[in-house]
Amino acid sequence: MTRYILQRLLGMLAVMFTVVTIVFIIVRIAPGDPAAVMLGPDATPADIAALRTRLGLDQPLVVQYLFFLGQLIKGDLGQSIFLDMPVTRALAERAEPTFFLTLFSILIASAIALPVGILSAYKRGTLFDQTVTTFAMFAASIPSFWLGLVLIQVFAVRLGWFPVAGYGGPDASFLTRLSHLVLPAVALGVVSSALITRFTRASMLDVLNDDYVRTARSKGMGEFRVVMKHAFKNALIPVLTVIGLTAALLVSGAVVTETVFSLPGVGNLVVSAVLRRDYPVIQGALLVIAAIYVLINFGIDMLYILIDPRVRY
Amino acid sequence: MAAVLSAPSPLTATLPEDVVLRAEDLHTHFIVGERAAKSVDGVTLTVRRGETLAVVGESGSGKSVTSLSIMRLLAHPGRIVRGKILYRMRDGTVVDLATLPEKRMRAIRGKEIAMIFQEPMTSLNPLYTVGDQIMEMIRLHEPVSRHEARQRARQMLELVEIPAAEKRLDQYPHEMSGGMRQRVMIALALSCNPALLIADEPTTALDVTIQAQILDLMRRLQRDIGMSILFITHNLGVVAEIAHEVAVMYAGRVVEQAPVEALFARPRHPYTKGLLACIPNPERDRAADGARLMLNPIPGNVPSVLNLPPGCTYAPRCPLVEPRCEGEAPGLVPAGPGHLSRCFRHELL
Repeated sequence: MTRYILQRLLGMLAVMFTVVTIVFIIVRIAPGDPAAVMLGPDATPADIAALRTRLGLDQPLVVQYLFFLGQLIKGDLGQSIFLDMPVTRALAERAEPTFFLTLFSILIASAIALPVGILSAYKRGTLFDQTVTTFAMFAASIPSFWLGLVLIQVFAVRLGWFPVAGYGGPDASFLTRLSHLVLPAVALGVVSSALITRFTRASMLDVLNDDYVRTARSKGMGEFRVVMKHAFKNALIPVLTVIGLTAALLVSGAVVTETVFSLPGVGNLVVSAVLRRDYPVIQGALLVIAAIYVLINFGIDMLYILIDPRVRY
Repeated sequence: MAAVLSAPSPLTATLPEDVVLRAEDLHTHFIVGERAAKSVDGVTLTVRRGETLAVVGESGSGKSVTSLSIMRLLAHPGRIVRGKILYRMRDGTVVDLATLPEKRMRAIRGKEIAMIFQEPMTSLNPLYTVGDQIMEMIRLHEPVSRHEARQRARQMLELVEIPAAEKRLDQYPHEMSGGMRQRVMIALALSCNPALLIADEPTTALDVTIQAQILDLMRRLQRDIGMSILFITHNLGVVAEIAHEVAVMYAGRVVEQAPVEALFARPRHPYTKGLLACIPNPERDRAADGARLMLNPIPGNVPSVLNLPPGCTYAPRCPLVEPRCEGEAPGLVPAGPGHLSRCFRHELL
């Protein structure tokens, strides 16, 4: 088990190192001189050169890279060009809506997908199963931003049950802030549930015919217990993998949803940073999103240990 | 439910005192649309108290479907369409398993009738320890504490001769060999002291040496515990080792049932005779050149359960066939003391 955990940890570090390198290179090869962009069209070549020196952009790439790595290890992602604050602080301030949006979306998606997927597999071939399969395909092809706009129109504009957009004022209570997340979380949750439903169904179909499920029935237990304790737990590993990947995708996909719902989250920060060529912020946000991705996957790998004893050895 | 159990069952009178299970004219079909695969098409067989009935037949003869019908564990779209499965409960009442409500059936599975399967490698749940799986069975049927259940589970492992039972309780199936897992399956099946054990090819997937150990174990357990066994196999060698009675199945029907000695001494159905002739015998089967062994397969193939011949299902392969065999299905008739045969011409054998 220790070996398994160490392997995953090493793998995680390797992935992060690769991501850091790629992010560094991408930002450097993107067209446009950051110094020129920052100073605007009226800057003199001398001003630009001075700023390049100050930002270290005149150094060879290798030196810049090593400096970048050094700062990173100290937890310093640099200074935002437009926000007048460190990138880490800009990200931290916007982490809350993104975090809760992802969390709620994945909870809603799982709450729909797991029972529906299990039941659909259990009743395979029935009208229920066919309806679920059709709806899942339908839901998977809805863009979440479109569903978001529809939800705003119906539940915020017409019915007035939820706020239209934003994240409340600076003084808004936690509950008020969360009420702003309901519609976007439903939009993302419904769309993501399609994939998880299909995986749950397929995985359950695999295990429902396994011999140990028949053994469980031969012991004289009820169907609910057979399905949940003996079949579903065995079907869980691929399902968890997909839930993890979906959660990770939601973090990066927040860029679109947060824009539609005007949520001041990490996604929104990235969009404005891209529009303003705020390189340190783009770079920092990319790294943080990649780190969340890797961490979620690591978490899923650790969950495998809890579920499957064969992974422990 | 108590009222149902205490009321004198009209069925009780129909089953002789020494009979634990009797299937009568059992039909189990797999119905897809208009077509019906008649996997079990009129099976009649009897298991006596404390004895082993071996059900022998080729693949597709319906022997596994018969056992799953008795347990009512048929996979969709399999269904019992006709016939009775009379079972004598330990309290003496007789029930018809074919029509028993699912809820009462659950109380019988594991407690009254337990089952072990062909594949020891996949029949245990890989995610739970062996101890948990045995304890689950005990606690499903008896109101005992976890601690008591664990003690019982350990005793069961000792009963099936697994060394270091206490340690084995906390192990997972993947830490054990096939033979060991089949022992665990037996321990699991016997943990609620069932009156009838259904063993569906329990040794087929095992090495010959392990197979012999498992058969020994089952024989010893039967002697010590006094349970009845319905033993499904395609291996006549295994039958000779373990059975008191044998039922030979062909194309969804029992074609012969007899005490094991009588059956081997004088089979009274041409199919059984053909099967026995398939067992290689070095003395008998020496070829003319004296070097090679000649095998004696039965010519032809088992008919498809989707399209059974109208008369005797064995007629197309039978050396004794006469015109009426092809038009009329023979019934199971006495052919000697305790001997039943489904053949018009059994006297010729």
